[in-house]
Amino acid sequence: MGKKADTIEREEVVVRFSGDSGDGMQLTGTLFSDTSAFIGNDLSTFPDYPSEIRAPQGTIGGVSGFQVHFGQTSIKTPGDYADILVAMNPAALRATSKWVKEGGTIIIDEDSLDERGLKKAGFKTDDPIAEDKLDRFNIIMAPISSLTKEALKDKGLDPKSILRSKNMFALGMVYWIFDRPLNYTEDFFEKKFKNKPLVIDANKTVLRAGYNYAETMEHMAPSYKVSPAKIEKGTYRNISGNIATAWGFIAAAEKAELELFCGSYPITPATEILQELSERKDMGVKTFQAEDEIAGICTSIGASFAGDLAVTTTSGPGLALKGEAIGLAVMTELPLVIVNVQRGGPSTGLPTKPEQSDLMQALYGRNGESPVVVIAASSPSNCFHYAFEAAKIAVEHMTPVILLTDGFIANGSEPWRIPTMSEYPDIKAPIVKEGVKDWQPYARDAERLARTWAIPGTKGLEHRIGGLEKDELKGSVSHDPVNHQKMVNLREEKVQRVDRVIPKLKVEGEESAKLLVVGWGGTYGHLATAVKQMQDKGHSISLAHFNYIKPLPTNVREVFEKYDKIVVCENNMGQFADYLRMTTPGFEYLQYNKVQGLPFTTIELENHFEKLLEE
Amino acid sequence: MAQTQEVLTPKDYKSDQEVRWCPGCGDHAIMNAIQRALPELGIAKEDFAFISGIGCSSRFPYYMNTYGFHGIHGRASAIASGTKVANPNLSVWQITGDGDAMAIGGNHFIHAIRRNIDLNIILFNNEIYGLTKGQYSPTSQFGAVTKTSPYGTVEHPFHPGELVIGAQGKFFARSIDNNLKLCQEIFVEAGKHHGATVVEVLQNCVIYNDKTHAALTDREHKEDRSIVLHHGEPMIFGKNRDKGLILDAENLKLKVVELGDKYTEKDILVHNAKEENPGIHLMLANMSYPEYPVAFGVIRSVDVPTYDGAVQAQVEYVKGESKYKCMDDLLNSGTTWEV
Repeated sequence: MGKKADTIEREEVVVRFSGDSGDGMQLTGTLFSDTSAFIGNDLSTFPDYPSEIRAPQGTIGGVSGFQVHFGQTSIKTPGDYADILVAMNPAALRATSKWVKEGGTIIIDEDSLDERGLKKAGFKTDDPIAEDKLDRFNIIMAPISSLTKEALKDKGLDPKSILRSKNMFALGMVYWIFDRPLNYTEDFFEKKFKNKPLVIDANKTVLRAGYNYAETMEHMAPSYKVSPAKIEKGTYRNISGNIATAWGFIAAAEKAELELFCGSYPITPATEILQELSERKDMGVKTFQAEDEIAGICTSIGASFAGDLAVTTTSGPGLALKGEAIGLAVMTELPLVIVNVQRGGPSTGLPTKPEQSDLMQALYGRNGESPVVVIAASSPSNCFHYAFEAAKIAVEHMTPVILLTDGFIANGSEPWRIPTMSEYPDIKAPIVKEGVKDWQPYARDAERLARTWAIPGTKGLEHRIGGLEKDELKGSVSHDPVNHQKMVNLREEKVQRVDRVIPKLKVEGEESAKLLVVGWGGTYGHLATAVKQMQDKGHSISLAHFNYIKPLPTNVREVFEKYDKIVVCENNMGQFADYLRMTTPGFEYLQYNKVQGLPFTTIELENHFEKLLEE
Repeated sequence: MAQTQEVLTPKDYKSDQEVRWCPGCGDHAIMNAIQRALPELGIAKEDFAFISGIGCSSRFPYYMNTYGFHGIHGRASAIASGTKVANPNLSVWQITGDGDAMAIGGNHFIHAIRRNIDLNIILFNNEIYGLTKGQYSPTSQFGAVTKTSPYGTVEHPFHPGELVIGAQGKFFARSIDNNLKLCQEIFVEAGKHHGATVVEVLQNCVIYNDKTHAALTDREHKEDRSIVLHHGEPMIFGKNRDKGLILDAENLKLKVVELGDKYTEKDILVHNAKEENPGIHLMLANMSYPEYPVAFGVIRSVDVPTYDGAVQAQVEYVKGESKYKCMDDLLNSGTTWEV
């Protein structure tokens, strides 16, 4: 303590807000992120909260955090370690101090360090700083609770409401540290509490009190200057992966001139997609909150049969329940998108934590030879693009498509240059029109092998489909052995031919180097950041990141051949590495795996890559 | 649904597929009755969709020259719900059996009914699993000896009508496979009703549960053992129309009485299928032989708004009020900033 304030210029900074799950940390973090975005920083955020809505107050299990990484360069991850941690109670301090950079700053609500609070957090002494050896950090003790009370003592609020606004005091302090304007947050209060002038006033007062406190205190942390980022010109907004996913489908429905139907059952961390689509009834979206996961997908299959663009959303355990019905969509060759926002498994696992362990389930988790297209989004904002692509492929190729995201990119958010719909292609649904002569339900176009879509209500095209094996043209039930083999081949080939429309695999970095880092899906930000940093240090290293899993891009072998070593990095035990061994044999696939319900850190990745380059 | 001027006959609803139910199976008769009922509804043929799950009865859609979907076990209610909500203009029929609807698909069945989705659910009840060759079902009688209950079942059956009413069902009817005319009449009424309808058809499985409904098909006695209910008519039955139902108010249950000196027609209950309170409907649905006659006909038919209608109305309303006319509007909504 006792450092004199001075201004440090930084390219990027990581701030983490941490407190009890009722302390409003998510809101605090979001407000800080929004302000940083408005003044032109690039950023990436990640909320980290317990699965219990209100876990026991003051305990480690109840700690809720929000991390934001912002800067004047391109920011692709929420950051590994924080420059500044705001800890609203002893539990937050204990749980999160290990995520602070050496020499970083920790702001602690001094008032929370009472005997009861310390005990709940598991401290054995009354000196948490000594006990957890926190003196290597720049510790700022601020009496946040009591100063909040003091600031609001004459406002006529009840004690509970007063204490609830202490997060705004902390936010005010952080705004001062980064020299941020308060007006964006004040505007938010005005809108949010439109008819509650008392609440608006209280929040503004506390925010300003925090700001002023930081300014006047002698022993403040260094203040930082982070300039605006040099990013592509355009209109920007913040978007999370789940919202982007929902919007991608609405956009696809518009381009396909189809109505959008989502049958789904709430499950963490996918629920927000269903919620957003439900709100988008104002865009004509039909949502059906089903009685279970199976009904979620089956209503969607029924809607697809009826001619809607149908999607269903879930997470790992739900995908398991949907398995049989996905097979039905494979057999009936109806368009359908199944979103799996992956979380830690098996079983109920870690509902709020990200993992990539459903890859094999997505590829193979069904009875019979049951091929589907599998796509993975790799950042919060590109969930929009891949949801759109998933829908486009499903409709144009008459096939179920599984779109994999994960809790990390689904809940994370980042600024997004808003596209215009004119940048996106039309989606051409192969709908058969009335009056077509000699139409056969299972006749296919020669290029894609997709059958056509005859919508109930169309005169003269009455036909039957179902889960029994189909005659290759008529679509009627067939138990003929040769026909079955033919159909199994056709369904596989149809999915495989999607490789004709997907982009080739690109590498970031040299096309030939000592080490190729391979990843897929939500780990992109960390892998790209680590690889870039290694490249900047002069290492011979490149990144090949996959969004299209089945089918794979056609040039994988060509790309892989040009590297001495390949390391496949995943948040699972090596499912993609195994898949590559099967589909693209002849290479030695080294692995780097982490299954802790946490994303990689760029530091651990760099350390590992350095070791591989030295060997 | 588009009203059609075209005059269709039952033959128009037969597909070119060979019907593969066992000779003598009750399914044949039920299909005949449906194929006779459909032309009476005045709905264009292309607007019908028949959706089923798994089981003998679930092969039904293949034999109909309409849009059809043979789904997976137990999920027909869910598939049909999606189809109907996606396109409320379709007349959607779910064909299901006692295993498909009451066991593996029980959850979807009750929720489709609770939501009052405008589906016509035809439940073929033969009290046995036929396609898997003779295991007991959730409607098999207590003690039934089957391949999986060689010493008799030790579980009590569901009564479909009770389950439907318990799930807040607004339409429940019962028929029997050997009464083509009654089946046809009821299917027409179900087809015209807006909301979820369940028609339980007592169906004979000649192979695995033959004569399970024999008491009700016996030519000599069937009229004394069953009652055909008609809305607005007194609950009189019997070969000589000499028996009726009254409410035993003291015990709050129905009672069979002989018409004669003590009771005359004016003492007999008049069937009101449109009564919202399900009390009497439940008692009627649960009547079993020999204590009571088994009730046939439309037992309950109450009009309330449908789920699919409500979804359509809500989407239209909210969309009409919306500030977003296209995706570009949505993309640019909320807080944005220029770089």
